[in-house]
Amino acid sequence: MAKSIEYDVLSSSKNKESETNEKWGLAEESEYFANKVKLYRQDKLNADEFRRFRLQNGAYGSRLNSEFSMIRIKVPGGDIAPNQLEKIANLSESFSIGSAHVSTRQNIQLHWVQLEDVSEVFRGLAEVGLTSREACGNTIRNVMCSHFAGVCPNEPFDTTPYAKAIARFFLRNPICQNLPRKFKFNFSCCSKHGYVRIADVGLVPIIRDGIRGFRVYLGGGLGAASFIGHLLEEFTPESRLLSTSIATIRLYDRLGNRENLARNRMRYLVSEIGWEKFRELLLKERTLVEATISIPTRNNFESFLKAAETTAANPDAITLSANGKKRKLPVLSSEPNDTPYDRWLHTNVVTQKQSGFYSVYISLGAGDITSSQLRVLADCIREFSLEKKARTNPQQNFLIRYIKADQLPKVFQRLSRSGLGNPGANTIVSTVGCSGTTSCNLAITNSHRLAKEIQSKFLELNVDKDNDFVNSTIKISGCPNSCGQHEVATIGFYGGASRIGTSMVPIYTMLFDGSTGEDGELGKAVMRVPAKKVLEVVLKIIDIFKKERKNGEKLNEWIHKISMGNGTSEVKNLEDMKKILLPIIELPAFTSAPDFYKDYGTDTNFVAKTARGECAA
Amino acid sequence: MCSLNRTFKQKNNQIKILKKREKSKSSSLALNNVCDIDTLRTLIKKNKVRIVDVRKKDEYLKGHIKTAVSLPLAELLSNDDPESIIKILNNLGISDDTPVVIYDDTFGALASRVAWSFKYVGHSNVALLEVTFDNWKKLGLEVEKKSNKYPKTSHSMDIDYSIFADAEYIENAQNDKNKIIIDSRERLNFLTEHIPNSKNIPYTMLRSENSILRNPSELKRFLENRGIDSNNEIITYCGSVGTLSGLTFFALKTAGISNVKLYPKSFKEWKSLGKPKTEFKDANYWDLSAE
Repeated sequence: MAKSIEYDVLSSSKNKESETNEKWGLAEESEYFANKVKLYRQDKLNADEFRRFRLQNGAYGSRLNSEFSMIRIKVPGGDIAPNQLEKIANLSESFSIGSAHVSTRQNIQLHWVQLEDVSEVFRGLAEVGLTSREACGNTIRNVMCSHFAGVCPNEPFDTTPYAKAIARFFLRNPICQNLPRKFKFNFSCCSKHGYVRIADVGLVPIIRDGIRGFRVYLGGGLGAASFIGHLLEEFTPESRLLSTSIATIRLYDRLGNRENLARNRMRYLVSEIGWEKFRELLLKERTLVEATISIPTRNNFESFLKAAETTAANPDAITLSANGKKRKLPVLSSEPNDTPYDRWLHTNVVTQKQSGFYSVYISLGAGDITSSQLRVLADCIREFSLEKKARTNPQQNFLIRYIKADQLPKVFQRLSRSGLGNPGANTIVSTVGCSGTTSCNLAITNSHRLAKEIQSKFLELNVDKDNDFVNSTIKISGCPNSCGQHEVATIGFYGGASRIGTSMVPIYTMLFDGSTGEDGELGKAVMRVPAKKVLEVVLKIIDIFKKERKNGEKLNEWIHKISMGNGTSEVKNLEDMKKILLPIIELPAFTSAPDFYKDYGTDTNFVAKTARGECAA
Repeated sequence: MCSLNRTFKQKNNQIKILKKREKSKSSSLALNNVCDIDTLRTLIKKNKVRIVDVRKKDEYLKGHIKTAVSLPLAELLSNDDPESIIKILNNLGISDDTPVVIYDDTFGALASRVAWSFKYVGHSNVALLEVTFDNWKKLGLEVEKKSNKYPKTSHSMDIDYSIFADAEYIENAQNDKNKIIIDSRERLNFLTEHIPNSKNIPYTMLRSENSILRNPSELKRFLENRGIDSNNEIITYCGSVGTLSGLTFFALKTAGISNVKLYPKSFKEWKSLGKPKTEFKDANYWDLSAE
């Protein structure tokens, strides 16, 4: 009878790292889940009760097929270790579809897992310290943190430990197991990087009089109705981070709408009672929390913070000179030549505040990465990164940090051999797409595939080589619910359905001029574009931009200008833009070109099919 | 037809029990589905095993496990009626009680298909090597290049219908609660189309990092999660010739499921016969693959 084999020759150094990983997952939760599935299958647990439990544990139902689940693996702060990536690779091969998917909130998702196998995935995740607990459901979702935190030249301090301490404090915490709806924390590294205005709680680090603290933004969020978060106060010292967070959650838990599913995020509460009133209640609540919070509770948080600081502080890295005060985070400034390496260097490598060190983006297609690519990525991290970790980012890419300059050619070589060396990460080329109709119940269109189509077209046209497109983004959601974050894109799209003639057509609403960072703004709707015309429209916009822009304006700057109605010559405002684009979006007759009426990835006629959302439990 | 099979099967089982008793008297070791490295090395040293390499001929010639004979899978598949399989056994010098260990470099799937065929014609003393040839080499174990040939034997034929299923058998099993049909292909293929009422256990679930099969307790737990117990009868199939499902056959055996059948002609035949399929068209799951 076969016994499991453990020969050193066959398994390299890999397993030794697990001990240093932070422990988010619990093995016993796997068994618990397996038992619940059995009870559910035996009809001893009703469907709604089970659904709530399943979501609490991070398993979504798959599109129109309840036999399968999507497992959302939380990656707190986006920080992930090589052996965790390898474990995800193995789990995907065994139980999913042989690839994994980086989400716009820094999670890593495994799709189409048989419900009965979910517990095995949980078991594997716990082995390397990971969990999907509270990744879905009415809970505190993955705590995001800028992927530059710790290396950003403009940051006052590294926010990663704070993000992790918050994540740790609220994970499995009874006070947030049954909120009116999901709740999101986003930490930035500086005022430019980070998605702080579109979260329930967004935090920008600042130092005042030598004291660490944050500018805290509350009540932001994207969805069918989106809001930009409000600044709570000029300065929230780090000593009040915990009490402010608890107070916000308590207030929301108490006053949030539990009746109307469509209006139960905290942003609706803020908008309904008004920001001033909400703020007043919140500050009162915070006083109350501070007066009553127990010393053990506070100490708990402090210890989480200390632990996270210890793991974050790379022993070799902290001794590096942090000499870059108030610099931009530039890409290597060389003009790109034609070699693939130069192109990659130009858009995928950024300098860190630690001189001599670089961070490298791994450009994915709408966040998709195969198991074998995950293993290559893990090897690269081990071999080339001084901190021996990587970060996921909201553009659905990875960032490997702390790489020495002379290692960059080798890194590129290794990555590109496995299809991971695509350029364009910090330009419009790196298109974002939620999972859309590939797996989501709510999706109307195949946003995922569209994002990949645009990216490959851009690569084919060498768009990454053009500096005009740095910092511009295209983000696509398959429905109005904004998982693709289309409202904070330079050009955003969300999917819908429309009748043209006698046929249903997949159609996208196009938005202009959304942005992230502390000054982030929501995009404005421009017009509706049939799915199969999106690519043409985008290329036309680029065309017009090239003709119209003045004095080296970049695409995002030009789009901002015309969105404000300040354009010059032909295109002064969005109306002008619309007029030019209208002839393009006209569809040929169904009989002569039926393909234009279909969505990407299918040869059957389009039907808008959706089912109950899995977002709210 | 079915009842005929059953009586036939019962008879066969009786014969087998008798045979087993005879075997236990003889000195050769009875292998149990999977053979570990140490056991095989001991058997090689004692010269008490026939090792069968089912990779392509040229790969065999470049190097193989010491004493192994070559039987490329394609050779067996080109003609896999029982008489031909017996002929193969005879040519490889395998007698009724010779312990046979089979290996490949395709995570055990090719070896499984051959091992199943041997079992089918009545050679039950057969096992898969727990590692692939590649891992055997990485471990620095004995490899040689010379082609091995052994004196011809005369193997008896004793067909084990209890491990065989055809399309008709599957059709009858589809609505039988105690019979579970398992599709061994990968998830995306399964979602695209499969035999109605079948369940998907992709072959990729069965292996561990270094071994062609996970340890039995783990496999048992997987099945338990799926609500499958040792009383269930299981019929496995895959895409075309029964290799992936062959591996599933052995995985289920090691997990303690006694009644497992292979549908060797698999989904390819099922489709060519125009039998009904379940298709899932409500999602664009293929667009999630990164390559």
